[in-house]
Amino acid sequence: MSGRAVPAVEARGVGVTLGGRRVLTDVTLSAAPGRWVAIIGPNGAGKSTLLRAVAGLVPNEGEVLVEGTRVDDLRPRRRARLIAYAPQSPALPPDMTVYQYALLGRTPYIPYLGSESARDREVTRSVLERLDLDGFASRPLGQLSGGERQRVVLARALVQQAPVLLLDEPTTALDLGHQQQVLELVDRLRLADGLTVVSTLHDLSLAAQYADELVLLAAGRAVEAGPPGRVLSEPLLAEHFGASVRVETGADGRPLVHLVRPRAAVPSATPREGR
Amino acid sequence: MSGETDDGGVTAPARPRGRAILIASAVLAVSLAVGLMAGAAGISPRAIALALLDRLPLVSVHPGLAPAEEGLLFQLRVPRVLLAGLVGGLLAMAGAGYQGVFRNPLADPYLLGAAAGAGLTVTLVVVFLGGDAGVTAVPVAAFAGAVGGVFLAYALGHTAGRGGGTATLVLAGVAVTSFLTAMQTFVQQLKVEELQRIYSWILGDVGGGWDQLRMIAPYAVVSTIVMLLHGRLLDVLSVGDEEAVSLGLHASRVRFTVLLAASLATASAVAVSGLIAFVGIVVPHVIRRLAGWSYRIVLPLSFLGGAAFLVLADTIARTVLAPAELPIGVVTAFVGAPFFVTVLRVTRRVGT
Repeated sequence: MSGRAVPAVEARGVGVTLGGRRVLTDVTLSAAPGRWVAIIGPNGAGKSTLLRAVAGLVPNEGEVLVEGTRVDDLRPRRRARLIAYAPQSPALPPDMTVYQYALLGRTPYIPYLGSESARDREVTRSVLERLDLDGFASRPLGQLSGGERQRVVLARALVQQAPVLLLDEPTTALDLGHQQQVLELVDRLRLADGLTVVSTLHDLSLAAQYADELVLLAAGRAVEAGPPGRVLSEPLLAEHFGASVRVETGADGRPLVHLVRPRAAVPSATPREGR
Repeated sequence: MSGETDDGGVTAPARPRGRAILIASAVLAVSLAVGLMAGAAGISPRAIALALLDRLPLVSVHPGLAPAEEGLLFQLRVPRVLLAGLVGGLLAMAGAGYQGVFRNPLADPYLLGAAAGAGLTVTLVVVFLGGDAGVTAVPVAAFAGAVGGVFLAYALGHTAGRGGGTATLVLAGVAVTSFLTAMQTFVQQLKVEELQRIYSWILGDVGGGWDQLRMIAPYAVVSTIVMLLHGRLLDVLSVGDEEAVSLGLHASRVRFTVLLAASLATASAVAVSGLIAFVGIVVPHVIRRLAGWSYRIVLPLSFLGGAAFLVLADTIARTVLAPAELPIGVVTAFVGAPFFVTVLRVTRRVGT
């Protein structure tokens, strides 16, 4: 669908070395406007680092372009109006209220020594309303449940009104129902506002269900990229995750990944009850 | 009535700020009045009030003070109360600033070697200059030592941890502090007969008069303005460096600016008052308990509250054993610690 439009996010030959350790090598990633790209891969593959590199938060080789402009050339405030980033475990000062936290998303619009305008407050309020958080506005962050917290972090990112949303494991520590809620919410917002979403997701089936494209990272390299059906193949997953899996195609045509106990380790196919 | 709920101050951030500042200003005004009225000379409060009124432009009343009393009031007591207020305000605000920069509630204005630096230079002056030359050189030496100590810690922290992380900076402060303190102890041993002078400086004194007030005024004004302007940015910084950067903030620049201003404020205070402990760490905490976490309110209220606190502490220091004086540093800790515990108990809440 993207035609020849400029990708919303494009990473070319990104390499990152952190503390003397090579974390990413020559990674390429591209997300067309309005699409959802999920970065998957085993632990330590460099998923979060890739997201942080795209956000311009770690020094890297290669280049990252957002709407055709090199991220490194952008001043921080300008960049923050284009890219909103929600880290995996954000610092949530316990006494800060939901409203005050969400309002921080307006930072890139407030002059250095200025203060929030009426418009900043209005944007914040409307985002909270949209995420059904208006009833929580005056609640301190320390008193929120896991699901509420994720929504609040999302709210802060949306208040930034950036066309690109980077989400690092938005479903960590959430139960099934809340995982689904948060991802449905992201998807709804993406479709309504035409946002481009790049997220890391460790749950492969979830990634396949929500993302238009997957990028499989392994040992700091992008080993496969494309639609979920192509990336989530049994041999690739076996090779890079060291996992024995079965990939099925679900009713919606998207793959579902199941863990299967390796043959040799299964004690007996059907336990004691017999036939 | 345990009204410890987080009333108001939540959805509309700027609203309750004016009221809180008004209350804090009133508290400060009362403590200034108490500080002016109380004293060894036994001048009547009425006469003092009239004498102050008389100094206002366009007002002319006859306080009926003897010239000696008038001299005592305006050459000793007024500058002393003002200096106590200024020092207390600077230390408390600097403490709040340090706590914001390091995102650590245990940070205090002496964290980066300001105290140890000033302690060393003052000891050097007392030991090697001694006498009258020493007396005039002490504030300058203290100021230079405080600035030097912070500079040393910052330079060390910067070369040690290239990313500009705050943890390395704190460690550098610890290293610089113990090194400079070791040097100070050594120098001090060279002339044991000066020990008392050195200690009485360390324990604090705000009787420096108009000269010292004038001396630090410019630094105090600049650092206060810079810090007050950075309240919102410190709030952004409270979600962590990386996120602050992703929100478009130049986090390291904000941190450096606030650190610079807080260190200047600390050096100014130390120059004219010695090493008064407790104010810088405790006042911001009390304020936070009473008025919330935002630095937009914590910074100005810390200034007002610190000023009020030190004026009262100094009043106690010079009246309790009058005509003898207690070192003010002893009073701040002696009175302040139980007060702090009381506030902690009354406003019991989760975390700080």
